[in-house]
Amino acid sequence: MFNVPLTGEFVAFFVLSVIIISGAVLMVSFAKVIHMVVSLAAVFIGIAGMFILLNADFLAFVQVLIYAGAVSILMIFGIMMTKHQDAEAEKGRPSHEALAAVGALALFGILFYAIRQTEFPVSQPAQLVEDSALEIGKLLFTGYVVPFELVSVVLTVAFIGAIVLAKKEAD
Amino acid sequence: MLSSYLTLAAILFCIGLYGALVKRNAVVVLLSIELMLNAVNLNLVAFSKYGAVPALSGQVFTLFTIAVSAAEAAVGIAVLIALFRARGTVNVDEFDEMRR
Repeated sequence: MFNVPLTGEFVAFFVLSVIIISGAVLMVSFAKVIHMVVSLAAVFIGIAGMFILLNADFLAFVQVLIYAGAVSILMIFGIMMTKHQDAEAEKGRPSHEALAAVGALALFGILFYAIRQTEFPVSQPAQLVEDSALEIGKLLFTGYVVPFELVSVVLTVAFIGAIVLAKKEAD
Repeated sequence: MLSSYLTLAAILFCIGLYGALVKRNAVVVLLSIELMLNAVNLNLVAFSKYGAVPALSGQVFTLFTIAVSAAEAAVGIAVLIALFRARGTVNVDEFDEMRR
């Protein structure tokens, strides 16, 4: 990793990864749930920056809109409507936490080994499309029509189901 | 450059996995799942630029993932609120009806 030339892309990648990883670590280590949501919003915005770095500017806007906006607000609603005052009151499961940490670290070790070992075929990075929103729209309405329509059905069903579930029992 | 993105996504996924396994508050478990989904999205977009066959399909798949995870978050929060009304708690280790 250290023989990468010091280009602007590398510097941007480094700064964004510091934001993302520190946000994620803070999310795991904070005690209050609200602080967790705020640090997770930092992670989402960092990932949007990564998308810009990868020439996916439409996806970066979608990421900011959906994740940093909608999902964070939804989670804050969920926190406000449930009990959140006794934040991580008792910490009585050290063996469970140690086991989970060992499992996550082992998974990371396996993944890192696989990434290091694999020879990725070197190809030219995709040349910049002029307007990625236009190209994605064309792709959505030609090759991916059926999944696109299915996603709209899924969204409708999920939101109606969410309203029905969260509605107070009318008795 | 591709392996850097993949390593970052692996770190993110493992932090999310740890959070989903350890945290007791169900909202935080949902947040950790969102973290894991974001790691997957990062992989998809990285492959759509630096993969063996660079194409826009990775970005389209990312759009689908984002849509489905938004639906999942909405339904998850709704289930959580309904459970909180019924049981008065959001700790995942107290939802144990199916064990008895």
